[in-house]
Parts: sequence; structure tokens; C-alpha cells
Amino acid sequence: MINYWPLLGIALVVLGFALRFNPLLVVAVSAIATGLLGGMDFLKILGVLGKGFNDNRYVSIIYLVLPVIGLLERYGLQQRARTMIVRMRGATTGRLLVGYLAFRQVMAALGLIAVGGHAQMVRPLVAPMAEAAAEKAHGKLDEATLDRVKAMAAATDNVGVFFGEDIFIAIASILLIQGSLAGFGIQLTPFQLSVWAIPSAICAFIIHGTRALLLDRQLGRRAK
Amino acid sequence: MINLHWLYVLAGAMFAAFALGSARDSSNPRRWGNTAFWGLVAVSFWFGDLLGDIGNGILVLLLVGIAGAHLLGKGSRPSTTVEERERLSDRLGNKLFLPALIIPFTAFVGTLAFNYTPLKNTGLIDPKSVTLVLLGVGVILALIVCYAWLRPPVAAPVEEGRRLIDSIGWAVVLPQMLASLGAVFAAAGVGTTIGAMAGAIIPSGSVFLAVLLYALGMVVFTMIMGNAFAAFPVMAAAIGVPILIHQDGGNPAVIGAVGMLSGFCGTLMTPMAANFNIVPAALLELKNQYGVIKAQVPTAIPLLIANILILYFGAFR
Repeated sequence: MINYWPLLGIALVVLGFALRFNPLLVVAVSAIATGLLGGMDFLKILGVLGKGFNDNRYVSIIYLVLPVIGLLERYGLQQRARTMIVRMRGATTGRLLVGYLAFRQVMAALGLIAVGGHAQMVRPLVAPMAEAAAEKAHGKLDEATLDRVKAMAAATDNVGVFFGEDIFIAIASILLIQGSLAGFGIQLTPFQLSVWAIPSAICAFIIHGTRALLLDRQLGRRAK
Repeated sequence: MINLHWLYVLAGAMFAAFALGSARDSSNPRRWGNTAFWGLVAVSFWFGDLLGDIGNGILVLLLVGIAGAHLLGKGSRPSTTVEERERLSDRLGNKLFLPALIIPFTAFVGTLAFNYTPLKNTGLIDPKSVTLVLLGVGVILALIVCYAWLRPPVAAPVEEGRRLIDSIGWAVVLPQMLASLGAVFAAAGVGTTIGAMAGAIIPSGSVFLAVLLYALGMVVFTMIMGNAFAAFPVMAAAIGVPILIHQDGGNPAVIGAVGMLSGFCGTLMTPMAANFNIVPAALLELKNQYGVIKAQVPTAIPLLIANILILYFGAFR
């Protein structure tokens, strides 16, 4: 008999996020509820929670770049990024983002996923450049519109890395697929898998690139 | 061998410095909350392995308590004004990009040097953490260059880093928290339950419907767990292998690769993938914490449709 009660924990997460409670609180409450419904005692849940947190410290290593980025911002890095874009002829937000998308996908496909990222590339360089290009073409824009441009810069980074990295044969997700299928007696080489990441990568470039270029037109309409 | 622990020591030192800086920042009305929060993160990096599972669990609850009670604030001490930055930017010129590019450049050259030269066999760097180690090396190189060139006040990197980390706030530890939630989900049997449910509603006879269910299952489960890695083994076991590969004779390479990529479309649409979707919204100081997700949904949905078609036509030609 399958125990369906732990699924309530998922409902709690969805509800908590939708009602905009503090996400840390939502996650902690949901974890405890799910564990209790799944028949674990409180100390066991606390242990699993603590071990998970400790084992995943590596995801927070990325914050090491913040002192460097903050220091350069103090000396005008974002202003420099803006100036460069304003002086560049023919630069628009859309074209800039298409260029960054291609760069991010190609780098990721070569296994260079650390070349890019929100803290080290998007905040100091890509987002200010995209904003400057938008204001250069359409004049002063309101905050909501600028937020959309910045959000699109972050989205471009994500789409680029997600739909580029699997073309590289030694990336974690390819090894995970290979390992999982090997568990069912299906032997594949990483190369066989990574080739099949190419069609999706091309679709991602076309779809997201088109959206980036359409953004230019929407900005034009917004500014009028 | 240089491994993750070296980086944990470094990160712990950084967060400890943030905690000390917070304690001295009288412009922040909630400075003790910030001090405690970043101090606990430093403790986690330095002593996490010594605390034991329960000890770490208590540390997590303390972090949640501080964030949940809204005890985190922001200082208002000025760094440089926009006008000063304009002036500095004009004076320093495009050379300002160089230190910023040291970090990605170190990753680029370092990864190539490590993968394609005998360096791999020297045992200098733990092969499992090359990317992160190179990131740490890049940060140190960039800091050295900045100190030598710009001659900032000694504590400036800490103060500027603290300005950024405070603007991210509690979201800093959200990705780690979600990973622990995933661990609790797994321990409580959520994955197997979902897999069993997906397997039970599989329609017989229609390959296309089976493909659709497999891809949608990857998306939904990825959105719940926050990453496709947790979803893949479950969906492969429930539908991918028994139905699509064994029963319908689909090409396993396509089922595996494009199944995972369908899951990535889910990653674009969920707040549970906090490091990709929530942290950047904070880092870019967006008004809407779901702003990045909103920008991604119109890409994710057509891309998912494309992946479903690739799965169907690629695996069952």
C-alpha cells in the first residue's frame, strides 16, 4: 500500500509560495510536515534536513565572487558597461541578449559553465548593458519596464546554460542519465546522449532569441 | 589535493567577515539579525562536518527562525555615489572590465588546461570540484589585481560584498534549504509515490500519449523538486524504461537525453530552483521576486512542445 499523505507536503510548498510567506519558513514547515506524514519522527527529520543542508554547501560557493563584483561596482563597473553599449552602433537590447545567449550556449557546450552566471556576469555586465541599450533606443523607461529587461537578461543566462551544457559529454546531467539507464541494463555512451541535446539546443536558441528580438519592439511601444 | 574543503574555509572566512561588518554597521536597524545570520552561515562552512546531522538541523532551524521573524535588515552606509562612479568609470576606462573578466577567464583557461593536459593526473585539484576550485582561484587573483591597481581601503571588498549579500538576504541559503527539502521528500517516499501514480495512469496503445505523459511528468516533478536530477530516475523507472523503451521500442538515447531536457523546461518555471530563479531576482533587485520566472515561462512552454516533438519523432522514427 502506497502512503499518499506525504504528498500534502508538496501542497504546503505550493500554497506557501503562492501566499508569499517567507520561503525559508515554507520549506522548513513543509519538510517537517512531509516527514511526519511519511512516518518519520522529528529528530530523524531534523537530521535529514541538517545533512541535506551540510552536503549541499557547495551551491553557496558562488557567493565568493560578490566581494570582487561589489568592489568593481564601487569603481563604476556598471557605468562602464553602460557607456560601452551606448557608444556601440546598432546595439539593441534584443541583439545584445541574442549574442549573450549564443555565447552562453557555446561556452556551456564546451563544458565551460562557469563562464557566465548571475553573480559574475549578469548583474555586473549583461543587465546594465541591456538596460543601457533599451534606454538608448527608447529614452527614459519606467522601473517596471527596466525590471522586465533585467529579468530577461537573467532568463537568457539560464536558458543558455541549461540548453547548452548537455552537449558537453562530461556534464553531471549526462552522467546521471547514463548511470540511471545503466541501472536498467541499458548501456549508452555519453556521446550518444549528448548528440541528442543538439536539436533542443537549436530550438532553445530560436525560441528564446526570437523573444529577445521581440522585446525590442515591445519596448518601442511601451516608450511611446 | 585542493578540494571543496579549502573553498569552505574561504567561504566561511568571507561570511565571518560579513558577520563582523554587520555587527559594526550602526546604519542597519536590524544589524544583530544580520550578524547572527551570516555568523551561522560561517559556522556551517567551517564546522558543518563536526556538528553532526542533528546539530546541522538545529542550525537550519535557527536560520529559518531569523529569516521568518524578519530580523534581517540592510545598512544604508554609502559606498560611492552614482556621480562618483560615473567619474571613476570615465577615468579608469575599459580597463575596469579586466578584473571582472579574470574570474570567467580563469575558469576558461583552467578548465581547458585541466582537461587537456597532464595536469589532471598530478592530483593537484580534486577532479570532482575543478569548476568550483577554479572559481575560488579566479576570485583570489581578481582581488589581488584590484588591490594592486585600485588601492581600495583594506576592508572595501568585505563592505561591498556585504552590500550585495544583504540585498540578497535570506535567499542566500534558499537553494541549500530546498536541497534539504528534496532529501526529506526522498526519505518520506514522495518520489516513489509520484512514480507509481504516473505509471498507473499510463494509457495503453498510444505511443504519443505515453511520450506526453513522460515529458509532462518530468516537468511537474522537476517543478516540485526544484531540479531535474531528482525527477529523472523516478520518471525513467515509471515510464521511460518500461513503457517507452521496452514496450514501444524507443531509442534509449533520445528518451534519456530529451527527457532530461524536458525537465529543464520545468526548472525554468519553478521557484524551487531558487539559485536560478529567485536568487537572481534578488541580485538584480527586481520588485517582483518571481520576475525571472515570469520572463522564462513564454520560452519554457514552446520549448517543451519542441522537446516533446523531438522525443516522439526522434525516438520512434
